[in-house]
Amino acid sequence: MVYTQCVPELSHLQLLEAESMHILREVASEFQRPVLLYSIGKDSSCLVRLAQKAFYPGPIPFPLLHVDTSYKFREMIEFRDFYTRQMGVRLIVHTNRKALEDGAQPFAIGTQRCCGLLKTQALLDAIREGGFDAAMGGARRDEERSRAKERIYSFRDAHGQWDPKNQRPELWNIFNNRIESAESIRIFPLSNWTELDVWHYIHVEKIPIVPLYFAKERPMLVRGETLIPVEQPFIPMLDGEQPKMVRCRMRSLGCSPCTGAIRSDADTVPKIIEELIAARRSERENRVIDHDQDGSMEMKKREGYF
Amino acid sequence: MAALVESLEESAFAQYVATERKKDLLRLLTCGSVDDGKSTLIGRLLYDSRNVFEDQIHAAAKATRNRSAGALDLSLLTDGLRAEREQGITIDVAYRYFATARRKFIIADTPGHEQYTRNMATGASTADLAIVLIDARLGVLPQSRRHASICSLLGIPRCVVAINKMDLAGYDAQVFEKIRLEFSEALGKLGIREAVFLPISALTGDNVVRRSGRMPWFEGPSLLEHLETVPIRRTAAHTEFRMPVQLVLRPDHSFRGYAGTIASGRIRAGDVVTALPTRLKSRVKRIAALEGDFEEAFAPMAVTLELEDQLDISRGDLLYSGEARAPHATERFEAQIIWMDARPLDPAKRYILKHTARTVSARVSMRQRMNIETLGDESAHTLAMNEIGLAEVAASKPLFFDPYRLNRMTGSFILIDPESNATSGAGMMRALAERRDAGPVSPAERVARWGHRGAVIRTSTMDLALALERALFDRGCAAAVVESEQSARALERAGMLALRTSEGTRDGATGEILSDLEQEGILHARHLGSRGEGI
Repeated sequence: MVYTQCVPELSHLQLLEAESMHILREVASEFQRPVLLYSIGKDSSCLVRLAQKAFYPGPIPFPLLHVDTSYKFREMIEFRDFYTRQMGVRLIVHTNRKALEDGAQPFAIGTQRCCGLLKTQALLDAIREGGFDAAMGGARRDEERSRAKERIYSFRDAHGQWDPKNQRPELWNIFNNRIESAESIRIFPLSNWTELDVWHYIHVEKIPIVPLYFAKERPMLVRGETLIPVEQPFIPMLDGEQPKMVRCRMRSLGCSPCTGAIRSDADTVPKIIEELIAARRSERENRVIDHDQDGSMEMKKREGYF
Repeated sequence: MAALVESLEESAFAQYVATERKKDLLRLLTCGSVDDGKSTLIGRLLYDSRNVFEDQIHAAAKATRNRSAGALDLSLLTDGLRAEREQGITIDVAYRYFATARRKFIIADTPGHEQYTRNMATGASTADLAIVLIDARLGVLPQSRRHASICSLLGIPRCVVAINKMDLAGYDAQVFEKIRLEFSEALGKLGIREAVFLPISALTGDNVVRRSGRMPWFEGPSLLEHLETVPIRRTAAHTEFRMPVQLVLRPDHSFRGYAGTIASGRIRAGDVVTALPTRLKSRVKRIAALEGDFEEAFAPMAVTLELEDQLDISRGDLLYSGEARAPHATERFEAQIIWMDARPLDPAKRYILKHTARTVSARVSMRQRMNIETLGDESAHTLAMNEIGLAEVAASKPLFFDPYRLNRMTGSFILIDPESNATSGAGMMRALAERRDAGPVSPAERVARWGHRGAVIRTSTMDLALALERALFDRGCAAAVVESEQSARALERAGMLALRTSEGTRDGATGEILSDLEQEGILHARHLGSRGEGI
């Protein structure tokens, strides 16, 4: 009688949604100054939708923070400004101006240093300047091997650094939010989502995303399998090389000089999902930056990269 | 024509999305000793079920060459951190995600190293099923028992024992059978009676995704077949409604909503709920949601309830319904503790205790520690890292809880060291603490006399109460139907069972109610003997 399971089962996606809403509510309840790191990508869009649901009928009770390297795709910035205005959320944009003035640019100083200055350093500065004690982000554990081990509440020391060997155990849905001043916690409400889950959610929830995810003819430098977007004037061209119009899309969004496109005809969300099901390659592969050296994502994270 | 083709494709997609949305989710945990081949097994599951991307395979192949380990080392698909790649062992919990046509899976890959037992408890806390790996050549090791005891303690409903490396044991049925017999006995002692034993080889893939031709003597399914079809039983939580209030939403003066995740049961607009600690009642006016109000909601949905009356409710309060088994509301209770901090448990220290959405301070007095070799209990006053034991907890404010066996969400807590902020311990709540100062006879003595705890059992009808009185008497229990609440309480204090009738309470066959009473720890299951009250 009482022990027979008469409660209906939730689907995979509904379970993930409930878990993420629970996490967002915990953060809003327990931290003094939480902030949502908004990267403009599809995962960020999901996170914003989940936050709307978690606090409905109230507004999202924390600001969004975008770390702008100035090398993002133009369409990303247009989408960011449109979407956040439409949502009525507070947006903070932070850029490491000093590094840019000193000439930070991936081809001049290398992708590792460029990311270190424009992303990692800029993020740490923005968190410190804003006095934020909790920074939520859309990272998922299925993205990359070192992420697979990261907690939902990921503790950072006073220098913003992650110590993978000294993570707090995380049991049930109870989270340890205790920190000293200057320490902070990164929180990943989408930890248990996969890329496919995110796309399904975008489909069923009709969540707006940056048009760069959809296939269309775009000017690209074609180097073997690699398609390099030519938004920035400093992309070095080979002798006699000319951009070609290629029907392609972005599988993940980063800075335009370091994000490759993939050849694709997928111009709707259902087509993207079909393409993903057939795909045999992981989504971060087109991020040039992850390939600097074996285990490079883990090294970035130890230093404070998101 | 083209339009027709397109619309056909669209409907195929719609169908795909529809099945996808019905797919359920199985959270599982793998545990075993160092070198039992956990990472290889997970790599094999991902690889053979085609859930690994080409570039990940290339990266693993490259790393395999660096380590000169010969053929593609599948464990590299899961071992994520540099340090462990260098040492060749898994040192932390890693989560892996894969799906088949039938089901989606989240795997927690947990370490076998003794000092990392805390990580295993982390993985176990959310798992629906555990895979315990045993090396066919080595047989049952102390670690195997430790892992099984943690699984049992954390209330994982299902257990699969995968006897691995059968390729190195000549695919011998005798080897499999010997380990099965030995480990079944150990599991029985832990109260795990539904374990499924499978002979596999993660390295060669035998019986992992596909059934193996090399072990014709084994007639069961492959591991993946079993995982795809085993019914999911989310911690047989009772179906009474429970919702800890996470936050109060007050966007304007016209709306006051209580947001939280439903821990168990279901709720509909119009239902009566009671709030703890105030014990005030109200009806649910609406279940507010962005996509339109819900008529009904159930565990584990994250919802916002608006009530008809303005009650004074804040974060950490509990909304519940069903008076038959109201949650406990007390600051003193018993709990099983798993210690996870290098600094041993200090009985004099006030720890920060987090339970549902409530944070209090608490002292923890250990009573006994589990001996992992014998699985017996021995007396103890502290716990070192990775030890497990029974404690009495005294909190600074009342907590509203159910026993962990009945409700994982309302029956669990963590302990935080206020000096280091480390998550030092995890607790699973059991029962109200015995009041040792109560008088000349202790509750334990009464349990020893009657063979059961004192309790008030509420039934829907008098006929049922009378039938239960007979059945309980026949079992040797001291039970009687009583008319007043006062006499019911008196019998309960004396360690006896009082039967009362009241509306909307226990219903059903007497046999079912008796087994419920066993589950709740009121009656002792006969075959469990003296360990009957185990979690």
